[in-house]
Formats: sequence, structure tokens, C-alpha cells
Amino acid sequence: MSETPAIRMEGIEKSFGAVRANRGASLEVMPGEIHALVGENGAGKSTLMRMLGGLMKPDAGRVEVFGRDVTGWSTGEAISAGIGIVHQHFMLVPTLSVAENLVLGCEPKTRGVVLDYKRASDDVRKLSTETGLVIAPERLISDLSVGEAQRVEILKVLFRGARILVLDEPTAVLSPPEVRELWAVLRRLRDKGDTIVLITHRLDEVVEISSAITVMRAGQTVARVKTSETTPAEIARLMVGREVSLSAGKRVQPSGRTGSQPNQGLEVRNLSVMGSRGIRVIDDVSFSVKPGEILGIAGVEGNGQTELIEALAGLRSTSAGEILIDGNDITRRSVAKRHDAGLSHIPEDRLRRALILEYTVANNLILGVQKYFSRNGVMDRDRVKENAARAITSFDIRPPNALLAARALSGGNQQKVVVAREMGRGFSVLLASQPTRGVDVGAIEFIHQQLLNARAQGKAILLVSAELNEVLALSDRIAVMYRGKFATVLPSAEASEDVLGEYMIGTKKGSAA
Amino acid sequence: MSASSLAGEAKPTFAAAPWRERAEEALIPPLVALLVALICGDLLILSYGQSPAAVYRMLLEGTWGNAYGFGQVLYKATTLAFTGLAVSFGLRAGLFNIGGESQLAAGGFAAALMGLVLPVGTPLVLALLICMVAAGAAGGVVGAVPAYLKTRFGAHEVIVTIMLNFIVLALLNWFIAGHLHVPETLHTPEIHAGVLPRLADIDSRFHGSAANLALIVAVLVATAVWFYLFRTRGGYDLRAVGLQPQAAEYGGISVNRVWMRALTFSGAIAGMGGINYVLGYKHYYEDGFASGAGFLGIAVALVGRNHPFGVIIAAFFFATLSQGGLAIHAFVPKQMMDVLQGVVIIAVATAVPEVRRILRSARRRSDA
Repeated sequence: MSETPAIRMEGIEKSFGAVRANRGASLEVMPGEIHALVGENGAGKSTLMRMLGGLMKPDAGRVEVFGRDVTGWSTGEAISAGIGIVHQHFMLVPTLSVAENLVLGCEPKTRGVVLDYKRASDDVRKLSTETGLVIAPERLISDLSVGEAQRVEILKVLFRGARILVLDEPTAVLSPPEVRELWAVLRRLRDKGDTIVLITHRLDEVVEISSAITVMRAGQTVARVKTSETTPAEIARLMVGREVSLSAGKRVQPSGRTGSQPNQGLEVRNLSVMGSRGIRVIDDVSFSVKPGEILGIAGVEGNGQTELIEALAGLRSTSAGEILIDGNDITRRSVAKRHDAGLSHIPEDRLRRALILEYTVANNLILGVQKYFSRNGVMDRDRVKENAARAITSFDIRPPNALLAARALSGGNQQKVVVAREMGRGFSVLLASQPTRGVDVGAIEFIHQQLLNARAQGKAILLVSAELNEVLALSDRIAVMYRGKFATVLPSAEASEDVLGEYMIGTKKGSAA
Repeated sequence: MSASSLAGEAKPTFAAAPWRERAEEALIPPLVALLVALICGDLLILSYGQSPAAVYRMLLEGTWGNAYGFGQVLYKATTLAFTGLAVSFGLRAGLFNIGGESQLAAGGFAAALMGLVLPVGTPLVLALLICMVAAGAAGGVVGAVPAYLKTRFGAHEVIVTIMLNFIVLALLNWFIAGHLHVPETLHTPEIHAGVLPRLADIDSRFHGSAANLALIVAVLVATAVWFYLFRTRGGYDLRAVGLQPQAAEYGGISVNRVWMRALTFSGAIAGMGGINYVLGYKHYYEDGFASGAGFLGIAVALVGRNHPFGVIIAAFFFATLSQGGLAIHAFVPKQMMDVLQGVVIIAVATAVPEVRRILRSARRRSDA
């Protein structure tokens, strides 16, 4: 029986400037299945789904929904055809109630003008019991937990009659019980006949929930398989494009590490950071990173990793504790003073924090060290150029034009600019946050090599990554963050995906060393 | 690009976009906007029952066509250059300074005070310097207040600068009316020192026009602003804050300090504009002389695309429209020029980004 697929996308092309996010990508999803769309960060999954949802138009290719050619349609058309996208970042009005958020744009009205609040609440409650997405309609969004907010997001698209649900990394922000609830809801929706596309890069989730899998790599669709006919190892190989080796060639012990060395690395004592809702997002964390050591931090996103790095970098204020670099207390110092004390920082948000996109590559290569490139307040343009030429050559930044705006570079080359800058100056402690996110495979290996070289030179490196294999491959010790604390700190020899996974989802709790 | 990435060693280059590309991008969008505005002007003139060609000819003859008219354009452009530079300087740091009018007035007032205090016979260069420092300081203080309130309490600079316009102008009015005016007028006595030579003193054909040496000062200030923005570390920091405050903060730049500096300097630049009227034209401070110049400065900055030299050109353009309104008054109402100014601003705000987008996508297509 040849059924009409719910979604059929073929030969999809989409470029952003020099970056080709999709090159001939395809996707076929049958009605009533839970389909996992997997791939590394930057593989083009989200771009593909944006074109399905009408947020972007493909440069080439064909999109069909239930057999109808809908290529290049608008968001409005996509919604009325039953496509519902649940975004990774919630799009809810925090000052309105659950019911008000759900009816936004299609409010039931009495006498044509007044919002019929009771009917809205009743409608929401009805849908809520039907689907098992339990939530009180009168609660304010700002009072909800992350998991509850996500339930509202799913309810919102169902409320608008969605029959094809696309969930973009839905579990990145969820705790394990919340994840289990989400699976139950998705299964119920599937049994009702809805079609679900799950974007993820977590293999355990794929195996647990999906019935079919599409794997994307570097903008292309590399495989479409039945979940029952594959293994996590095979999916991993398809995602990365080669055998995943979890041990990059490191284990080069820095020579001559003695107690008399002036560098003492990074030391953090009893650090606490308050979040926006008055909860401790970092809760009394203590650790140290020695010179010549990489401490990796693993964990489900949203467990305090971002806040920890920002607090260490001086971009977020701390409520208690001390931060020391080479024995100097920098807890109260400005960002610039921390640079002077020997701190380097590769931030996770490349486009907003790490680069000034309108500035040239040369000017971006001095951000944070600009004071060393000026004389009496006037920029020394020769030295800026020299510095750029050196960085472009040694980090192989392409295209090798120092006067190009950073915006014009691909993600991988933008990241090389950041890495070249942060590792090209004198430092003793490096904070590397998601250093290879959205970066192509070649650049990933290059950046990893740079981190290992710095380690061999006796730098203390704190590595935060959502990619477990990255943490496993590079770190000497691995800490797992769970709800603002270190659930455990293990030597990497004792760590494996399974062991870390249990700490990450909180089923296993250890004593933080 | 993609072919070269297969090659081995890449040699670093410093190739800015070709000059033709840059010139096209700088010139074509504003010219298209101007064309749109001219077509709107045509329709307006036609609706008034006049011939557009005749009216435009008269406009040109009354402004660039004779020495007096041209002198008046130069004079008006000078004040607009100062306020336009002030607005663009703030915008480069991401701040919207709507207070140009009160900063200009405060600067003019301070210049007049110095001119009154300094003895007769003070050397011109010295008197000019003292008056300019005073004018800049007065404008700078008016600019520093919203900067302080923003960085300390988070008050939005647009609200504060607008409110300060009322406060400062009212205070100046009260002071002039109450203490310093020549009877029956709302202006101060004439200054003793710092009177700038007029263009008419150099070339008698400019006789009667108000153009004066403040014009040279405006060009010098524009050059200084350009140097600061694009050649100094302060300018690097300032533009970084304006483009991406989060990245600037990450780069160790104190965003608050930059904001403080940017609005204070912005106010100081507007304040220095006061010398054009006070030292160059009337030789006294008069209540209301700054009226409208601050707001027109916003348009000048917008059309000049926040580049100091673009601002100078835009100042000339708006000065021409303003003086041209007087020249064509006999045929169509002067208010028509006000309408046309508005149309130009809207055309620039809408057409420029659109035309640039079209240019770029056309170029990309021809590259592919």
C-alpha cells in the first residue's frame, strides 16, 4: 500500500550568504508516525523545518504536505494546513495567562468585541484533558516552570488545529520526569493519528520514541531508516560521517609541572549565582582547574552551565563565593581586569557575544585586547593588520581577507576568528563554552587540536559542551552539572556516556569532589 | 571563494570591497530616494497649478544660483552640520539624542556670555577658542544629564532629552528675559569679543548673507569626529557598543562609560553649533534661535547615514531646501518645502535599505 506521506520534502536548497545550510536535503514522514530528524548542530535540521513551517522559502526544491505542493508557502498557510512548530525558545507572553496565550490571535469574543474569557478557559481545559497536557488555564506564564511552559507551547499549536507537530530539541530544557511525561503525550497524540517530527541530536531519545529516523549531515540527508532496524552506533556514524572515536590523540602530559610554577590555574570557591526568578542557578559550587588540565562540564542544557561561565567571565554578578586566577582574587573585577589577570573566553553565543558582525575580521581579532593595539588612544593600524595576517595564516581563516566583515564568514570560520583571538594572546585560564557549536567537521578537529595544544602548554581549560563525545574526548576530568550543582566530578578514564548520562538526568547523585 | 578553500596555504589579503561597489552602495540608494522625493514634489507643485520645472529652476537660482542665496545656504548648513554630527555621534553608540535644540541653545548662550565677559580687543583666535570651549561645555552638560540618568537609573535617553529641551529652553528664556536682555527684545547685548568674519568681508558678492567662518569650524569638527570614530580606540569602543552592546561588554568595554562619553560629546558638538549664530551672525544670543535645528539634525544624520562627511553633504541638502522655500515663496507656499523635507526623510528611511538590498542581491546573482 502506498500511502501519501504527510510531509515530503525533496532537493531542498537554502543558502545564507556563503553558508549552504541545506544542499539537496530531503525528508519523508508518513502520517501517524513519530519521526526523528537527527544530526549534529548546524547540520541544517532547523532550517529544513523552518521551510516546512513557511518561515523561510527554499532556494530550490519541492515541499509537499499530504500530497499537495506547498513549496514557498507562508506561515499563515502552513498553520491553516495543520503544521504546528514548537520552537526551542518559547514564544509566549509572560504577563498573560495560559488561556490568553492560547487564544492569542483567534480570541473567542462575546458581541464581537469583548474577550470571552470563560469560553477560552473552557476550550483550553477541554483540550488539556484530551491530550493529557495538564495545566490550569488561568495561571500566568511567568509563574510556570520550563516544562510547564513547554506544555503550553504544545497546547498552543494543537489549539490551532495542528495535525503535524514539529518539536525542535524539546528535551534540551527538561528534567527526566518531564521528558517521560512528554513522551507519554507524544505517544497519545500519535495514537490519535497526529504526525510528529522530533528534531534532536540525542540518540537515546531517538531510540526510545521514534519509529523512523532521518539523518542529516552538512545540509544533506544521508539516511532514512526504520528505528527497529538500526542501532545507536550506526546513527552516530551516519551523523558524524565516520567512526566516532571518543578518544582524540591527547594524553600528552605537560612536561615539568612543578609546585613552584607561578601559574595556579583557576580556582572557584563556594560560588553562587542568583537567577532572574530568585532561584540559585549556581548553588555553592567549588572546583579548580590546574595548569595543563582540561576540566569538562557535561549536563543537560539549562542546568547552570551558561551562568557559571558568564559569572567566571565577569558578565554576570555573583551572590557568594570567590574566583581566583593564578591565586589572584578576581571575583569583583571587571571584564577588562580579568583579561589582564590571564583569563581568555570563547563564549557560547558567537553571533551576539563573541563577534561584532559588522566589524572587519581584523577588528574582530583585537576585540578585548584593543588597548594593546593603540598608542595614545589612536589605533595602530599596522599592528592590527600584522596581527590579522598572522591569525589568518596560522588559523587558516577563509576567505583570507582581513577587511571582510565577520558577518560574511561561515560559522566555522567565524569561530576560528574567535579561537584565534582568545588563544592568540597571553592567558593562563581559558573558558571554552560550546567551542565547536555549529562548526563544520574540519574546523571542529582543528579547534580540538588547538585546545589540546594549549593544554600541553600548561594552560588551565574549562570546557563546557553539549556534545558528550567532545567532553569525553578532550577532558582530563569531567564534572556533570545538574540543577546548578556539580552532580559529580570523575576522571575521564572512569567516565562514559552511560555513566555521565545517569548523572545528567539526576538518577544518580554523587559527591562533588 | 569555495574553490580557493581547496588550495593549501592561504595568503592573507587586505582587500576592501572594490571602490565601484562601495561608491554604488553609497550613492545609488540616496539618489533613488531623492528621485522619489522629487516626483512627489512634482505632484505637489502640479497640484498647486505651477510648472515643476519652473519652480525647481527658481529654487536652484535662489540658492546655488547667486552669491547671496548660496551664502544663506552655507549659513544654514553650518548649524545643521553641528546638530547632525551631534545626533549621528550619539547614534553610533546606539543612543538617540533628541535634545539637539536645547544643547545648541545652551551652547549659544554660553558663547554669548563669554563674548560679553571677554574684553574688547581679545585676539580672535583666543576668543573663538574660549567661546567654543564654553559652548561645548554647556552643550556637554545638557547632554551629560540624560547620560547619567540612563547609566545610573536606566531612564531612556529619548524621554530625558525631550524633557530637557523644555526645561533648558525655559530656563534660558527666564534668564534672558529676567536678567540679560536689551529692553524691548529677547536677546542679550552685543558681544565684545569673538566676532567671526563673514564671507561677505572676504568676497563682497556675499553681501547680506550670514555665512561666516563657523563653516570652516564645522568642517574641522566633522573631520575630528571622523578621526575619533574610525581611527581611535575610543571610537572602536563606541561603535562596538552601538553595534552589539553584548559583544562590547564581553570585550571588556564598559558600556555605561561609553554611553556617558557619547552623549556628553554629542551634546558638546551640538553646543558648539551655537557659535554660528552668536559669533558669526547676530553677535548676541536670542531666545529661540535654535528652534527646529535640533530636530532637523536628526533628519540630517539619517540622510547622511551617520557618517561625518555624509552629514556635511546632507546638511547642505537640507539647507538648500530650507533656503529654497524662501526663493519659491512667490509661486508656491514655503510650507511646500517643509512637506518636501518630510518626504525626503521618509524616502530615505524606506527606499535606502530597500535599494541596497536589491543592489546586493543583484550583485550576488552576477557572482554566481
